[in-house]
Amino acid sequence: MLTEQERTEILTELQHFAHKPAACVEALRIVQRHRGWVSDEIKDIAELLGMTPDELDGVATFYSLIFRRPVGRHVILICDSVSCWVMGYEKVLERLQSRLDIGIGETSADGRFTLLPVACLGVCEQAPAMMIDDTLYGGLTPEKIDEILEKYR
Amino acid sequence: MEKPLTGSMRADREAPSLKEYEEAGGYQALRKALKGMTPQEVTEAVKNSNLRGRGGAGFPTGMKWSFIPMGENAPRPKYLVVNADEMEPGTFKDRWLMEGNPHQLIEGILVSAYALQVDVAFIFLRWEYRLAAERLERAIAEAYAKNYVGTRILGSGYSIELRLHISAGRYICGEETALLNALEGKRAIPRAKPPHPQTSGLWGKPTIVNNVETFCNIPHIVVHGAEWHRGLSHTEEGGTKIYGVSGRVKRPGAWELPMGTTVREILQDHAAGMSDGYTFRAVIPGGASTEFLPEDALDVRMDFESVQKAGSRLGTGTMIVLDDKTCPVGMVLNMERFFSRESCGWCTPCREGLSWIAKTLEAIEAGRGQPEDLEMLETHTKLLGPGNTFCSLAPGAMEPLQSALNYFREDFERHIKEKRCPWK
Repeated sequence: MLTEQERTEILTELQHFAHKPAACVEALRIVQRHRGWVSDEIKDIAELLGMTPDELDGVATFYSLIFRRPVGRHVILICDSVSCWVMGYEKVLERLQSRLDIGIGETSADGRFTLLPVACLGVCEQAPAMMIDDTLYGGLTPEKIDEILEKYR
Repeated sequence: MEKPLTGSMRADREAPSLKEYEEAGGYQALRKALKGMTPQEVTEAVKNSNLRGRGGAGFPTGMKWSFIPMGENAPRPKYLVVNADEMEPGTFKDRWLMEGNPHQLIEGILVSAYALQVDVAFIFLRWEYRLAAERLERAIAEAYAKNYVGTRILGSGYSIELRLHISAGRYICGEETALLNALEGKRAIPRAKPPHPQTSGLWGKPTIVNNVETFCNIPHIVVHGAEWHRGLSHTEEGGTKIYGVSGRVKRPGAWELPMGTTVREILQDHAAGMSDGYTFRAVIPGGASTEFLPEDALDVRMDFESVQKAGSRLGTGTMIVLDDKTCPVGMVLNMERFFSRESCGWCTPCREGLSWIAKTLEAIEAGRGQPEDLEMLETHTKLLGPGNTFCSLAPGAMEPLQSALNYFREDFERHIKEKRCPWK
């Protein structure tokens, strides 16, 4: 069941749209904001949007930043596109993986971090780059990874 | 040297407030268009400016606009969409324009919307651009508050709504028709063309889709005129261009320069040449879906026609440099893995072909390549080329591959012969 809060936020969002399904990304994000991921309440969201659960799930699973499985408290999006790769992405990734003891697509045992790849972050002049939640980090080196991870302890 | 797009940005990288933007001449283009020009006159000015679309394909903007039905019998509502889903690997120009001057983009949208008598405009922004989102949201609210956007704007009879849509990842959303599906709340797979979005776009209504940088040019064309805009350029293609360089150069970055500036000038004067200890081998001129250019192409002018003559495409105009310490096979593998992952899976050649190409390149890079692999890769550059797929993702993905097979043939062969990557 959706919470009252989630329902209200989705219904408020829907007022902006002549076509309800157009609000689906925003509706999914509202639930993700509250829960960290989009649980099987997706069927209740679909009902509000006038979509079938399968239609909405088809959209939800299409997007890389809508999570249909639980993620850690912080999501690391590491850019693996070509400029970052040229500038040393692999060494940065290695350090992240060894520090967190996880591979790409996994969540650390303490539930703190999920590590995901992301398409070119558009900060190629500061490659290699990554985001943790809403924060962007550029000019990464393995040493900097150690410093940055400390902030999220 | 005139820099209309970036000249009035603040040195501290904060966005100019509405007041600052107005003091620098902002929203004069909108006033001029609404009070003294017919919609047709605005479109005519854009046509005469020789502005070509800055998203990568380089289609003449005025001509693209001319396919939008006009007049009382035109289907309504009409839509305008800003493609701000910048995700082409190696591209970082629209972020700069949106963060550095959000009102410029908004004014570009409004003037363009007036020209095409659009009812509703959307900015389609990728989620990761958090700072751009924050600044655009504030700027849109400011513009609404001063009636630059909304009902009967600035006392004219023209009304326009503007919304910021924040997407949720996937490169394919930047494909113009996939983007429209995404906005409608569907899976972002491309649509068959024709019909083109200009006649049947969002919810089947006339829709214009242009890139951020394209829209940012419009206010300046309206204020200063088409002739002035053509004069900014070194070549026939009007205006300035945001160029960028990433890779092993001393000063990676982006700069607004006259359209048609040479590769050499951008690399040497602006990016300050190669980093110490690295030698130039080749450059990808405009994002991952363009072909490598070798050293003898350094004097090519960076405009759509000149780069095409040199065997590549201007694309987004943001270059990625390949140096001597980087394995070209590994670099191509990185790009093909990206395209394979980002394929929407809708059409077979792209979905199956790209993953097969990525696996083959992976094998070559790991020293497990076979001599016949190169022929297979070459065949695939044709099979996945233009005309065989639904959209241009796979044909774009073939551009770095086929040029790499051409320029770095010996490097591929060495991998196969020595059964290892010589760079490792």
